[in-house]
Amino acid sequence: MTRLITTTSALCLLAGAAQAEGTLSVYHWFEYIPQELVDKFTAETGIAVTIDTYDSNEAMLASLKAGRLGQYDVAVPADFMVEIMAETGMLDTFTAEEMPNLPNIAPQWLDVPFDPGRTSSIPYQWGSTSFAVNRDVYAGDISSLGVIFDPPEELRGKINVLDSQNEVLILGSLYLGIPQCSTDRDQLRALSDMLVAAKQHWASFGSDTAKDVMVSGDAAAGMIYNGFSAKARAEGANVEYSYPTEGHVLWMDNVVLLKDAPNRANAIAFMNFLLEPENAAAVTNYAAYTSGVSGVESFLDEAIRTSPENNPPAGAAPGAFAQVCDEETQKLYDAIWINLKK
Amino acid sequence: MAGAAPDSGTSAETTYRSARVPLLLPTWLVIGIFLILPVALMAVYSFLTKEMRGGVIWEFSLAAYDQFFINRGLFGDEPPSLEWTYISVFGRSIAQAATATTLCLLIGFPTAWFIATRPPATRGVWLFLITVPYWVNLLIRTVSLRFLIRENGPLNDALLGTGLISEPLAMINTNFAVQLGLFYSYLPFMVLPIYAAVERYNFTLSEAAADLYASRWVILREIVLPIVKPGIIAGCLLVFIPSMGAFLAPNLLGGAKNFMIGSLIEEQFKRSLGNWPFGAAVSMILMSLVLILLMLYARSMAKTEAR
Repeated sequence: MTRLITTTSALCLLAGAAQAEGTLSVYHWFEYIPQELVDKFTAETGIAVTIDTYDSNEAMLASLKAGRLGQYDVAVPADFMVEIMAETGMLDTFTAEEMPNLPNIAPQWLDVPFDPGRTSSIPYQWGSTSFAVNRDVYAGDISSLGVIFDPPEELRGKINVLDSQNEVLILGSLYLGIPQCSTDRDQLRALSDMLVAAKQHWASFGSDTAKDVMVSGDAAAGMIYNGFSAKARAEGANVEYSYPTEGHVLWMDNVVLLKDAPNRANAIAFMNFLLEPENAAAVTNYAAYTSGVSGVESFLDEAIRTSPENNPPAGAAPGAFAQVCDEETQKLYDAIWINLKK
Repeated sequence: MAGAAPDSGTSAETTYRSARVPLLLPTWLVIGIFLILPVALMAVYSFLTKEMRGGVIWEFSLAAYDQFFINRGLFGDEPPSLEWTYISVFGRSIAQAATATTLCLLIGFPTAWFIATRPPATRGVWLFLITVPYWVNLLIRTVSLRFLIRENGPLNDALLGTGLISEPLAMINTNFAVQLGLFYSYLPFMVLPIYAAVERYNFTLSEAAADLYASRWVILREIVLPIVKPGIIAGCLLVFIPSMGAFLAPNLLGGAKNFMIGSLIEEQFKRSLGNWPFGAAVSMILMSLVLILLMLYARSMAKTEAR
């Protein structure tokens, strides 16, 4: 009985604290933050957190544009989307004084082109996109993007491709050695023709299923994010992730402070919390990508820290971030994508 | 007596006339808020200028319909010709829906007939069994189907076990899988209306025709089908219309290799393309097609009743 009373009063206190400290509305990717970490934040600060999820950068942008801006405090867009949101005036800024953990950001992620000097975003996780191959099916060389775009006999008809315009067109451009946002007619025609010819060897388009099809064996090779590939391997599939010689796509998800955030101070507290190495490492241990915070190494699981997916071999070709094309150029890439999927 | 009847009629009419507006109000509110307003919004958006990456600029534009019907080449400087890209997406979706409807009719009609001819006490059980899968969300049923038909899934295992096949059948990510998914998803929409029609059918008519030496085929064609026709048409519409806009089965079972009308519209709002006016325009064109279908249905019903 005494224990019950104690628990109840403790709960009341906690509830009271939460009331006093208010709430935080997070707009986040699906399955991208461990619940224990959210609970830890609430326990430390008394701020109650609600999370809504989305499954693509564009879906998040569309929803904010359709009137949800002003309802959320923070969101987690990828690099190019931070740039787009900043251009559309959807982001608020913070000062270095407000964010005491700002120096924890790893030096190479501090002054990034999509948010110079980090005034409205902090790194969440970063990783790469290329492809993985089931080594039980194909034992040959996988150092070229040709495995996806001009596949060997064993893999034809067993390839899953991300259902994402950006990733498919950028990897295709890397394969042909074409710069991003090209307006050169011959280059764009070559890209379009190459993709249409490659499509006959593909079994399916799917982004959120990219890991599952590799684990189940529906696909023997697939475009994939490095964390998904690591998870597929952890689930028992004999997959190897490739860092192709033509290059790969780099991306970084960032927590941004949204304009008109209803709980601005709480949002900054949350971002500051995520910059603690221990907390950043908790996300990495869950999502199997790489944190953008210094000093996380001692908190990482051994398997994550040393995974081949997160540690490109020495001499691997550099990755490229997605570039934001201007409207006229983007139209051409949209047309190539529609033509590919028509 | 002769004078009393019109009197009472008039009084009833007066009663209802004074209450007409409050009685109609709920209906008009529901139709107005949930039907007319969203459709009107869609119609307006389809004639606006697109804002890059989602959203609209409030300036009149025919660009969305132009994109649908006119082809000017990848770089927009070739002489305009008819654009086949989106018409072929519609063609594919319509062909898929038509096949699904035919399959549902071929299996659904005998099923409905079977249930309607059971003793009344057991009919309820059969109907109940038809609706059981509907307790589970469509997405989950579609994903389960994926598990069933995959290369190393139970269906292939069973077939290999019986020795009927020596290599696993490639079923996943094929048109066959999409058809299977649509057929499975919408079969009850075919069975239930046909059942309702067959249940009301007076079987003594068949006996009378048989007594007059009509063959079974003639009975089916000349007597049964005309009478249960409204049920069949209703079933076909209920399967055809959602199949045309379906994108779960094409995406999860067919591998999303080609756009369906549904995924083409989704892509305009949720994905990289972000072209709201075009998405609205495609929706308007789809809705016009469905409306034409429904008007044809209404006309054929009117004809049937007139006969």
